[in-house]
Amino acid sequence: MKRKSPSITSKLLPAAAVLLLLALWQTASTAGLVPGFLLPSPVEVAKAFAEDFPLLMDNAWVTLLEAFIGLAAGILIGFVTAVLMDCFTWLYSAVYPLIVLTQTVPTVAIAPLLVLWFGYEMLPKVILIVIVTFFPITVSLLDGFRAADQDTISLLRSMGASRAQIFRYVKFPGALSSFFASLRISVSYAVVGAVISEWLGGFNGLGVYMTRVKKAFSFDKMFAVIFLISAISLLLMWGVNLLQRISMPWEEEHR
Amino acid sequence: MAELEVSGITFAYEETPVLEDVTLALHEHELVSILGASGCGKTTLFHIISGLHKPQQGKVSLNGKDITGCPGQVSYMMQKDLLLPYRTIEDNVSLPLLLKGEKKKEARKKVSPYFEEFGLEGTQKKYPRQLSGGMRQRAALLRTYMFSKDVALLDEPFSALDTLTKSEMHRWYLDVMDKIHLSTLFITHDIDEAILLSDRIYLLTGKPGRVTEEIVIEEPRPRKREFNLTEEFLEYKRRILERL
Ligand SMILES: Nc1ncnc2c1ncn2[C@@H]1O[C@H](COP(=O)(O)OP(=O)(O)OP(=O)(O)O)[C@@H](O)[C@H]1O
Ligand SMILES: [Mg+2]
Repeated sequence: MKRKSPSITSKLLPAAAVLLLLALWQTASTAGLVPGFLLPSPVEVAKAFAEDFPLLMDNAWVTLLEAFIGLAAGILIGFVTAVLMDCFTWLYSAVYPLIVLTQTVPTVAIAPLLVLWFGYEMLPKVILIVIVTFFPITVSLLDGFRAADQDTISLLRSMGASRAQIFRYVKFPGALSSFFASLRISVSYAVVGAVISEWLGGFNGLGVYMTRVKKAFSFDKMFAVIFLISAISLLLMWGVNLLQRISMPWEEEHR
Repeated sequence: MAELEVSGITFAYEETPVLEDVTLALHEHELVSILGASGCGKTTLFHIISGLHKPQQGKVSLNGKDITGCPGQVSYMMQKDLLLPYRTIEDNVSLPLLLKGEKKKEARKKVSPYFEEFGLEGTQKKYPRQLSGGMRQRAALLRTYMFSKDVALLDEPFSALDTLTKSEMHRWYLDVMDKIHLSTLFITHDIDEAILLSDRIYLLTGKPGRVTEEIVIEEPRPRKREFNLTEEFLEYKRRILERL
């Protein structure tokens, strides 16, 4: 609650660093140190952004929708898998190595396959996002469930609690903080995953926009969309933080 | 009639025998303590009485009903307070009621009158980490009490507290006991505490642990504050020290 001065400086410092970097970049461009067609100046990027703003927003909307659906599906599947694996030890031993294996498959390599199998619509994008987000979500939930305090579980058992009640009152709330940590990673995975799969085939979305402006050598627009994508990721991470603070009020006091 | 009867309990973890032929009883409104050195099997005995462990031999019965190996019959407060860090004190205390299927609102309403009695006023909306050790212990006691108003098993409820808080808690506990008429089985390895609080004391000694002695503390209730400075008190203490 009480923000002390160190945390203010810790926020101001990176902001100052970013501003300084932008200023350097701008001077380098105006001084003609780097050719404009290779690296447009920040002002040019901002202009391109404003010019294409409606188009960018339309495409961003598509990408966001894919990311959201994929992420929601990833969370749902991850949750169910984690619960089942926590319930049945044999399932845990059987499936855990498999889940790790899915993570060694390079995303960029399977994305074209997904396009071949499922076409240019939303489905292959959503599937790709599920594949990349499913692992961190499952593993973090599972670790959270397994880290539940055995004595607390005994206490609830002594009160006659069922397995479902133990899950609800002990395991689930105990897994929330590791879940949110993985969700923070997963949102940016989801956005990047959506963009990558749009590169490989699609009709709209930020990835499609990117390939188009690249073909036209519009470097200013290229940079505009790159900045937009990272801004979206940042915004989403901030949203996750907010969600965490709302759903874990007991953490608030000692932050 | 005896409320809780424990007879002929023998228990071993895999190959290590921990308890042998333990028999004891807890009558209505009594406070009985089990006194024994660390590691002699006191907690294990409570795990058996509460139904968490099944004994290899012997029986636990409550008001004549066999409850051996059935959890959910008696209140059990464990060695640590085990308050759930993500629930407010009132929701922690309501937990036994929620587990029995009551609605959150009703459970809160039912627990709220006890907050004053247990010295927990104003802590309803706080989280466990915001409370002092003594208060957390009281909250855990209240939660235990909300589970069942018949028999409570308390595993060293005051051992984690400093001496001052501890004696304050003793006084408070005796007061509350007079009001709420709980029958309590109480683990401790603090001899003074056992004499001060109990109607009877069982000594649990040896490996595997056995009940080697039962001592009745004749001092009537309510006990005066200076009881632990009297000659009788020292006599009890001498007797127990001889036997341990
Ligand atoms: N889950 C377990 N598996 C195997 N051995 C155990 C287990 N729990 C306890 N023991 C052993 O059983 C013996 C009795 O343990 P218990 O916890 O009942 O002692 P205690 O009297 O409560 O001790 P303390 O006063 O330190 O709490 C100890 O020697 C301990 O090492
Ligand atoms: Mg113990």
